[in-house]
Amino acid sequence: MSPTAVPARRKLHYPPVAASPFPYNPGSLLSAQDLTLGEVSHLLARATALELQDPLVREHILAKRRVALLFYESSTRTRTSFELAAKALGADTTLVSSLSSSIEKGETLKDTGLTLRALGAEAIILRHNSSGAAWLLESETRLPVLNAGDGMHEHPTQALLDLRTMLAHLRPGVESVSAETLAGVTVSIVGDILHSRVARSNMLLLPRLGARVLLCGPKELLPELAAQAGPGIAIERDFEAALRQSQVVMMLRIQAERLAGMQLDLEQYKVAYQLSGARLAAHAPRALVLHPGPIIRGLELTAGVADGPQSAILEQVRNGVAIRMAVVERALLAATDKGGRA
Amino acid sequence: MTALVIRGGHLIDPAAGVDGLKDILLKDGRVAEIAAPGKLKSANGAESLDATGLTVAPGLVDIHVHLREPGQGYKETIASGTGAAAAGGFTAVAAMPNTKPVNDSAEITRWMLAPERGAQVRVFPIAAATRGSKGEAINDYAALKSAGAVAVSDDGLPILKDGVMREVLAAAARVGLSVIQHAEDTRVTQGASMNLGPMSFKLGLRGMSAESESSLVERDIRLVTELRDTRAHLHVAHTSTAAAIAAVRRARRSGLRVTCEVAPHHFLLTDEHVGLYDTNAKMCPPLRSAADRDAMIEAILDGVVDAIATDHAPHAVHEKEVEFENAPNGIIGLETALGLSLRWLHKEWKLPIGRVLSLLSAQPAALLGMKGRGTLTVGSFADVVVFDPKAEWTYGAREGKSKSRNSPFDGWTMQGKVRWTISEGRVAYDSGL
Repeated sequence: MSPTAVPARRKLHYPPVAASPFPYNPGSLLSAQDLTLGEVSHLLARATALELQDPLVREHILAKRRVALLFYESSTRTRTSFELAAKALGADTTLVSSLSSSIEKGETLKDTGLTLRALGAEAIILRHNSSGAAWLLESETRLPVLNAGDGMHEHPTQALLDLRTMLAHLRPGVESVSAETLAGVTVSIVGDILHSRVARSNMLLLPRLGARVLLCGPKELLPELAAQAGPGIAIERDFEAALRQSQVVMMLRIQAERLAGMQLDLEQYKVAYQLSGARLAAHAPRALVLHPGPIIRGLELTAGVADGPQSAILEQVRNGVAIRMAVVERALLAATDKGGRA
Repeated sequence: MTALVIRGGHLIDPAAGVDGLKDILLKDGRVAEIAAPGKLKSANGAESLDATGLTVAPGLVDIHVHLREPGQGYKETIASGTGAAAAGGFTAVAAMPNTKPVNDSAEITRWMLAPERGAQVRVFPIAAATRGSKGEAINDYAALKSAGAVAVSDDGLPILKDGVMREVLAAAARVGLSVIQHAEDTRVTQGASMNLGPMSFKLGLRGMSAESESSLVERDIRLVTELRDTRAHLHVAHTSTAAAIAAVRRARRSGLRVTCEVAPHHFLLTDEHVGLYDTNAKMCPPLRSAADRDAMIEAILDGVVDAIATDHAPHAVHEKEVEFENAPNGIIGLETALGLSLRWLHKEWKLPIGRVLSLLSAQPAALLGMKGRGTLTVGSFADVVVFDPKAEWTYGAREGKSKSRNSPFDGWTMQGKVRWTISEGRVAYDSGL
């Protein structure tokens, strides 16, 4: 496409973009961007405190409060950890999934949300296959909504648990974060960035703590414009060059369910982007290896790396429960806190 | 034998080169006389409207609206849509054929034009270019034209196949109809719900590239070039990208009959206005980049754009209260086009008011061959809009005449308030103030 022949640009004033009304509810967690660093610090501290607390005391915090899990996509880690987290605080949970509910009969997200609210749900944890679904649910119900993954968009609790995992290894003991906490740290996110909500939430959170985020992957899965998603983000197509710069390597699964007809040569992909033991030893022998799961052994990483000493994959899963306890607690207590916006 | 006098207003009729205080006598649906204030010769006994301090102009003409009838009266009817048109100052609207069923027959075209539809202003049906708008078999254009169709289009969908589009252009040219193309290469926009760019990446939505529009415009221009001798007329609907406008610009320089329209949302908004999944900012073509928006403004200011058209596309509230990807495309626009054009094109970007009005009346009327409309010379249709050009007001989608409310301009400040809209000599809208 040739550049367009537009005459000399006039200086123009335009209609403004309206400020976002979201989140409506102070207990909501829709985007990693919605949290101030102070709130991130608070959630990290609460995660640790709740994890260490006597379970019999802890279960009084949200005793008999009602939390609904609304899942339009299958999930193992996220669903189970949210459920265990809510239950650990004493809340009653109920799971509504798209395959065993009126959603199958054509009920809309709005109506399902209003129904859950009428049933007494005080917060809704939503996993949905459409980007932005959590914003729709929040604006229609005005309940605290926890975004447990919306389409290709965001997965903020994953970014928080990834951060907790990184801090434990790189900044042990640190829970109060600032704009310099991760200064000098490079985090490479590798693979199917285009379809990844985990990548987007991490890209929005980590640079605010001073980290540099390197995105790595083939053009089909990592468009050039990803680098414009925010400050502190760059693209490095050469996996080994990215590894050499990284203190943290976050491997992503190729999301076959979202490829939408895209043809990808998996053998070629493995040659260029698979994290093997040899590659890790040669280029990033001290880096922390993360993966949000589910992992496909033998594709984006080898079994040896997944089970190896640099892998913190199961630690991430454990951190998920702690972080989600803090997030569920915030959801139900924020509205009654002094600082609430409700 | 009805007669109506509009007294003391400032008449702006760009096509006739009139810009001054005039009284106008409307009689039997036509303009009967125009004279300096108080000088009308034959106004005795006629009912009169006092337009002192107001602007009087040819009724506005929108060549791109969706009235949803037949088939989707819950979104809009011909009566409610033309009611919205009258409230917005429009006296003629060209209705796209993507109704249910598709308007691909003389029978449906006549049904739309029947008095029982209760149209408040004149409706000009645009017939489907191909059977069922499926892009394959060409309709009977001669029959459609005699039933009242003013152009052919598969709007909502493109005519993709080269051979079919060539045949559509040639067949339409034979009967003197324009071809309006919805330029979107749907082979590369599957599953996309907004403009492709940093914003779509950030929001995790699949994007439509600018090329998906411009490549089809360029293809169509090639076909028009090949058919140069037939006088084929290609009109590019809702142009939204700098590249497509550049292609139209080039075609025009080489003397081809290629015209284009731009919708207010495409010269005012960008993909940033999608915000956090505002489904009232979802339409097709989508809101584009700031550079594309600037190119629309430039092209309007320097005269490449032939018409402002709203692409008025009503949808029920419940249809838009869904996940962004699942929401239907389109926004309403009839009641905001004049207010936005005067507020931004005229007041902010200094386009003379006569040129704004021309883009909203004389030029679109000429483009689709609506004889006697878009101007107020003696003998023309008595299609008139009378408005207060200085009045600022706030648009509330809920208070509108359209059955639907899907507008991104809800709560926006408008400039220029319609006082009366007169359709063929009859007051179709009266603000009552």
